[in-house]
Amino acid sequence: MGVVDDYVARIEGTCGEEKDVIVIFKYDRKDEAVRKILEKAKLRKSIANMIFELTFKDISFRVYASGKAIFRGLKSKDELRNLLSELLQ
Amino acid sequence: MLDPYKVREDFPILKRKINGHPLIYFDNAATSQKPKQVIEAVKDYYENHNANVHRAIHTLSQEASQLYEDAHEEVAKFINAKSVEETIFLRGTTEAINLVAYSLGHHALKKDDEVVVTLMEHHSIIIPWEIVSKARGFKLRYADINPDGTLDYEVLEKTITDKTKIVCFSHVSNVTGVVNDVKRIARVAHEHGALVLVDGAQSVPHMPIDIRDLDVDFFAFSGHKMLAPTGIGVLYGKRSVLQQMEPFQGGGEMIKDVSFDLKSRRCSISWNDLPWKFEAGTPNISGGIGLLEAVRYLKKLGMENVKAHEFMLTEYAMKRLQECAKVVIYGPKDPSGKSGIIPFGVEDLSSHDVALFLDNYGIMVRSGFHCAQPLHKTMKLQSSARASFYVYNTCEEIDRFVEVLKEASQF
Repeated sequence: MGVVDDYVARIEGTCGEEKDVIVIFKYDRKDEAVRKILEKAKLRKSIANMIFELTFKDISFRVYASGKAIFRGLKSKDELRNLLSELLQ
Repeated sequence: MLDPYKVREDFPILKRKINGHPLIYFDNAATSQKPKQVIEAVKDYYENHNANVHRAIHTLSQEASQLYEDAHEEVAKFINAKSVEETIFLRGTTEAINLVAYSLGHHALKKDDEVVVTLMEHHSIIIPWEIVSKARGFKLRYADINPDGTLDYEVLEKTITDKTKIVCFSHVSNVTGVVNDVKRIARVAHEHGALVLVDGAQSVPHMPIDIRDLDVDFFAFSGHKMLAPTGIGVLYGKRSVLQQMEPFQGGGEMIKDVSFDLKSRRCSISWNDLPWKFEAGTPNISGGIGLLEAVRYLKKLGMENVKAHEFMLTEYAMKRLQECAKVVIYGPKDPSGKSGIIPFGVEDLSSHDVALFLDNYGIMVRSGFHCAQPLHKTMKLQSSARASFYVYNTCEEIDRFVEVLKEASQF
């Protein structure tokens, strides 16, 4: 199992023209996952330390303290997994 | 009047906290929560009466059969059907629509015949008719709708011609909550000799339904949107129409007699009586019993009270949402003529962003196309967030929802 599988419970494609992808972190590791991402990515904005707008390698995304993240504009699931892999190392 | 605070005491899940916040459940158009009475009825069935229904003479089977038949009886009365023969239990609205599409599409419709649907519809209407019309070669015609997602009655009425054999549409839109004039469309369809199939998934749970007054030939709805378990739903069909139809699925329960002819080496089959002719195989008995209890619960609340409560919530929510500068309500802005469904968006945020933002605060709404992609295209929406209310929702929950949306607007 790679680092992505250690932290990620599910990756959900959404319906809608936007083609957003939602990442749901494992409940018992969500705090750790969010902490790691916050350490690596650049914080652009946050609300009450609960919702974070971030950029990493020119890709902007949002992470929620509830253990979910929303990505858009990614070309493939592999690109997402590679990105998550770097963020969660 | 309905007291939502008293109602809430019956719903164990509403005591939950999500992400440290009290649960606010505004995804009722997708599925409703279940009261303890329904949960207990299902539990009681499995603990005390579990057996397969019909054609067994032992005590447990008799008890299970009685409960399952009582459920049909109660549902028939709930929608004012003429008899229990007109209420077929299936998995849900989708299976009910498929039953009609496959049975009539394969056995009754010819190449020059037409089926009319509208662009407002849920995929559960569009897809079965697309599949069957392609397989059988009859024509599927889509009636255009207004840009705000409401029906254009004149266009729809012009689309219905003497070639039309079936008109299929929803009573209430699952996206906009708009209530369609079923009687008007049914009258026009019948004048042309067409049958009428209505998707009542978003109406039966929320308003009184008098099926005889609506004068439709088929009416489909799901138990899980009206407090019952998932996997149980109903197809109402006029007895005279159902009697002429071929079964949708074959198997046990739906036959009266299967005799093997030694000479032709084939079986001749006679179908069971209605409604069992359309309920092949072991049915969802526990689901049916859960539905029985759900209907009893709703009857106790009073469907006029349910309707009034949801109207009050919708009117209040629409008024409060208009306070949020960046929040846009899609579809009609007037709550009259709508049920408790509000599609909306927040400027600069996708519907999924909005849903995740609200989820962070324990508020459950749906985002995306809501299985109605052609409707979103007509309304020029990439997707939408949707809040939908039910008997246990309160104005305080709407206040909290608006407060969080205002916060989201600042993002």
